Amino acid sequence: MFKSVEELVTIATERNIPISEVMIEQEMHVRRASREDIIGMMDRNLEVMEEAVERALQGVTSVTGLTGNDAVLMQDYIRSGKSLAGDLILDAVSKAIGTNEVNAAMGRICATPTAGSAGVVPGTLFAVKDRLEMDRDAMIRYLFTSGAFGFVVANNASISGAAGGCQAEVGSATGMAAAAIVEAAGGTPDQSATAFAIALKNMLGLVCDPVAGLVEVPCVKRNAMGGANAIVAADMALAGITSRIPCDEVISAMHEVGQMMPTALKETAKGGLANTPTARRLERNIFGAKEDAKQ
Amino acid sequence: MKYRSVFDIIGPVMVGPSSSHTAGAARIGLMAGKLFGRTPRTAHITFYGSFADTYRGHGTDVAIVGGIMGFDTFDLRIPQALDIAREKGIEVIFETSDLLTDHPNTARVLLEDEFGTFEIVGISIGGGTIEITELNGFPLKLTGGGPALVVLHHDRFGAIAAVTGVLANHQLNIGHMEVSRHEKGMQALMAIEIDETIPAEVIAELERLPQIERIAIFGE
Repeated sequence: MFKSVEELVTIATERNIPISEVMIEQEMHVRRASREDIIGMMDRNLEVMEEAVERALQGVTSVTGLTGNDAVLMQDYIRSGKSLAGDLILDAVSKAIGTNEVNAAMGRICATPTAGSAGVVPGTLFAVKDRLEMDRDAMIRYLFTSGAFGFVVANNASISGAAGGCQAEVGSATGMAAAAIVEAAGGTPDQSATAFAIALKNMLGLVCDPVAGLVEVPCVKRNAMGGANAIVAADMALAGITSRIPCDEVISAMHEVGQMMPTALKETAKGGLANTPTARRLERNIFGAKEDAKQ
Repeated sequence: MKYRSVFDIIGPVMVGPSSSHTAGAARIGLMAGKLFGRTPRTAHITFYGSFADTYRGHGTDVAIVGGIMGFDTFDLRIPQALDIAREKGIEVIFETSDLLTDHPNTARVLLEDEFGTFEIVGISIGGGTIEITELNGFPLKLTGGGPALVVLHHDRFGAIAAVTGVLANHQLNIGHMEVSRHEKGMQALMAIEIDETIPAEVIAELERLPQIERIAIFGE
C-alpha cells in the first residue's frame, strides 16, 4: 500500500498510469475483488452523489431551518448571466452547497472524505464534467483519484474535525478535488500532487466551529469555498505553477496545526463562530434554554 | 494503517449530517447490537469529548440507537430511531461525561436485558471509520493493520485452535492476535487481525464452531 503522496506519484509516473489506476489496483488487492466489483461499488457511490445534488436543486431545507435553498439561489444567479467568478466555478459552488444542504437535512449523501465536507468532491466533479468531456468511466476515476489522496491524509494526518479542525475535513476534501480535477484535465500525477498541496496550504488553520454543534453553519458555505479553491488550485498546477513545500510536508503541517489547535475549536461548539452572540441565540432557539446535557 | 480502503474515504453512503458523529456512531451502535445479538431492554449510552458537546446537533443519539437496532449508516429510519426504540420497548438512557478520553469522539454503550449485559467502548476516528477500544471490559489494542475478527467464546481448550484452523484452511494470514479472559472457564475474547478481507463464508463457518458465542468484524 502506498503510504505517501510521493510514493503514489512515483508508482503512477514509473508505470505511466494515472493515480486513479494505482488506487483501483490497490483496492482490488485489498478486497481480493475484481475490477468490475470495485468500479461497480464506486459507481453506486456516484449515484448517491447525483441523487443528492438533484434533490438539492429542487430546494431543500434543514430541520432547524438554518440552512437550505442556497444551491437553487446560486443556479438562478448563474442563469441571470451576471456572474463575476464564472459559471463553472459557481456551478461547483452551487452543487457543493446543495450536497451539504441535503446532508444537513439528514438526507442521504456519500462522505468524501466526511459528511461535513461531502460537497467539495461531487460539487467540483459535476461542474467540470461537461467542460472536460468526462464520460461515466472518467467520473468514476475522479473519485478514485480523490480517494487516493484522501487515503494518504487519513493515514498520515487526520480527516476528523474533532481531531484536526475543519482543515482536516474541508481542507482535505479541497485538496482531493484539486488533485482529481488535474487528472481529469489531462495533467500529470505530479501536477495532481501540486494542486493538492496548493489547495491544502490555503486551508491550513481552518477551525471547526459549528453553530449549535450542527453541521450547517458554517459547514455548508465552507464546502462552497472549498469547491472554488479546488478549481483555482487545479488551474494553478495545470499552468505549471509548483509548490515550494512538497505535498507530504503540507499534510504533515496540517496534522501538526491540528494537534496544536485548542479543543474549543475542534467540533465542540465552544469557540469561534459557535461562540458568537448570534450563534448562542440560535442555539437557544433550537434547543431551548440551557437544559443542555453538559454536566 | 488505520484506513485500508478507498471506500473509507469516498464513503460511506450515509444519512447526514456527520460522518464521525452520525455514521461512526451508527457503526458503534451496530457493533454493540450485533455482539449483543438480541433486542436489549435497556441501552445506556455515555458520550465523551466532542460527542458529549455536540451529540444532539449531529444526530449522534439517533444514529447510535439506530445502529443498536441494526440500522446501517444509510438507513433512512435513523432520524426516527428514538421513536422506533420506544415502540420496541427499549429504554434509552443518555449520559455525557467530561472525563478525558484518548480520542475526542468516544462512546460507551451498555446493553442489557434479563439474560445479561454487554458493553463496548468505541471511538469514531473520522470519515465514518471506527475503532472498538474495549469490549465487555476487555481492552482491545488492535494495530489497524488489517480487518479484525473479534470472537467472544467460552474459555475452553481447543477454541483458539479451532478458529485459527478455519482461517488457515481458507489461507487467511494472521497479522496480530490477542486473547484475554476475565476468569478461567468463563467468557473469553479473541481479537485477530487478518491481512486480507474476511469472506462471509468464513464467518459463517466460524459461527458454527462449538464454544463460539459471537463474532464481529471491523476495520474493513
